[in-house]
Amino acid sequence: MLSFFLLILIYTGIYSLMALGQNVITGYTGMLSLCQAGFFAIGSYVTAILCVKCGWGFFATIPVAALLSAMVGVLIGLPTLRLKGDYLAIATLGLGEIIRNVINNWDSLTNGPMGIQKIPKPSFFGIEINPYSKWGYLLMVAIFVLVFYLLLKRLADSRMGRALEAIREDEIAAGSMGINVTKYKVWAFAIGAACAGVAGSLQACFSLSVTPGTYTFMVSVIVLCMVVLGGMGNFKASIVGAFIIQLISYFPQLVGISNKFPAQFKQILFGLILIVMMIYRPQGIMGRSRRSFSKTGRSCPFKFLASKVRTVFKSSKEAGR
Amino acid sequence: MSSLLSIDDIQVSYGNIKALKGVSIDAQEGQIVCLIGANGAGKSTLLRSIVGLEPLVSGQISYSDSVIAQGHGEHHRGHANCLPTEQICSLGIALVPEGRRVFADMTVEENLDMGAFLVKDKSEILKRKSEMYDFFPILGQRRKQKTRSLSGGEQQMMAIARALMSSPHLLLLDEPGLGLAPLVVQDIFSKISIINKENKVTVFLVEQNARMALRAADDGYVMENGLIVLSDKASALLANPKVKSAYLGQ
Repeated sequence: MLSFFLLILIYTGIYSLMALGQNVITGYTGMLSLCQAGFFAIGSYVTAILCVKCGWGFFATIPVAALLSAMVGVLIGLPTLRLKGDYLAIATLGLGEIIRNVINNWDSLTNGPMGIQKIPKPSFFGIEINPYSKWGYLLMVAIFVLVFYLLLKRLADSRMGRALEAIREDEIAAGSMGINVTKYKVWAFAIGAACAGVAGSLQACFSLSVTPGTYTFMVSVIVLCMVVLGGMGNFKASIVGAFIIQLISYFPQLVGISNKFPAQFKQILFGLILIVMMIYRPQGIMGRSRRSFSKTGRSCPFKFLASKVRTVFKSSKEAGR
Repeated sequence: MSSLLSIDDIQVSYGNIKALKGVSIDAQEGQIVCLIGANGAGKSTLLRSIVGLEPLVSGQISYSDSVIAQGHGEHHRGHANCLPTEQICSLGIALVPEGRRVFADMTVEENLDMGAFLVKDKSEILKRKSEMYDFFPILGQRRKQKTRSLSGGEQQMMAIARALMSSPHLLLLDEPGLGLAPLVVQDIFSKISIINKENKVTVFLVEQNARMALRAADDGYVMENGLIVLSDKASALLANPKVKSAYLGQ
């Protein structure tokens, strides 16, 4: 039971990384992209191939995975990012499928549908992190999520973050503020792709094998759901969304009722929750994070209370005079 | 006086439809130039082509003696022979787009910050923001509010203030009076005059409200079906019988 819960947490971590990337693309820049699964696959295969065929260590493969995913993101981003909304969604959907099909058919490099097995366990300065014992691996994944969360948060508060938000709100206005719309869109896409690439690396060495069947279109959809469920434009919410969706996916197994319900049950539950969410709370569980929130005083209960006390105090003083 | 913006015989088409059929306009430095015309005359297309949003078929646009857009013939649409929008804006041209296009989910202050995107000096941004709050007091009162919650007139002021944050030499205004009450329109036009006189900003104004625009402007152009049909001093256009009957309802 505990071991199973740890498994859910590890998957939450891996999917959180993808969701964080998707949040940069969709939540901040407002581009509806559906190819996180493609970048996820690139990351996984880079790690698998470099570890098994070239004998690299796991940690050395992570930067390569991130970089290659980002490069593919840029290559694909340049022609497709001039598309908007549903057109971009269709184009990126096609792209995710292309990546999966290339992997499926490039036998000499990826071993085709058989996949690559016997990926060595990761070791950190001689300490082997065993995926089967889970605690160590969970710690590693958690550190990755934390680092990416902090980096992306920093990014969102920077000049670039403001540019991305302006592009989401109005591209023409953003352009006439002197923002290079194409440049920032491609950057956002590359950053999102790099996050998914790192997630792919972690996935590959957690399951110790990779097969093309893992990286289907559904992965992209689930990642998008995590972002929307948590709240677009809010990195903390993406992690929360990832946890909730993983919890729902494994709920029947977790409470031991999987033998009473067919496996498709979780998808019904999943769909219902999404429908209810979109009707009653379309902004997601946590909603968009606002930098200037705390300054308005309204959202911070203590400041609000303090201002109330002050006005009561003031009026009583005036009454006493 | 030298001309800051000169548009030389430009043509713009959307597919087979010619929106601009050879338009020439000169804006002298320090002046307010206005362009009036009915719906669909091509006014907004002209502004869009100045900031590089529409490729030219022929003709050229130059800004303070350097070419920012050039025509490339009928068959090469898409390979625009002009600077991209953000570079044109970095030369000192600021656009207040039609329908305001404010960043509705951002606060007034954040909108102004966005306007100064190309300014890297933080103290300079603060200084300009406080100038804007002095100039448009209502924005100072509402600076922590989301722009969505502002009235139309306030949003228009904010759009103008946002454009001024980059301290432009040339301010392009696309129908600043669109959908606003007459009193608010008057207020906005008086602000535009002040910006022109005190900050020495050249203003190119596109407007349907002909009377208002011609009163504020130095030079005026009248556009019909993609062609300039009249151009004169604004005061002369106000007295012109043709303009009177077609645009002023007299």
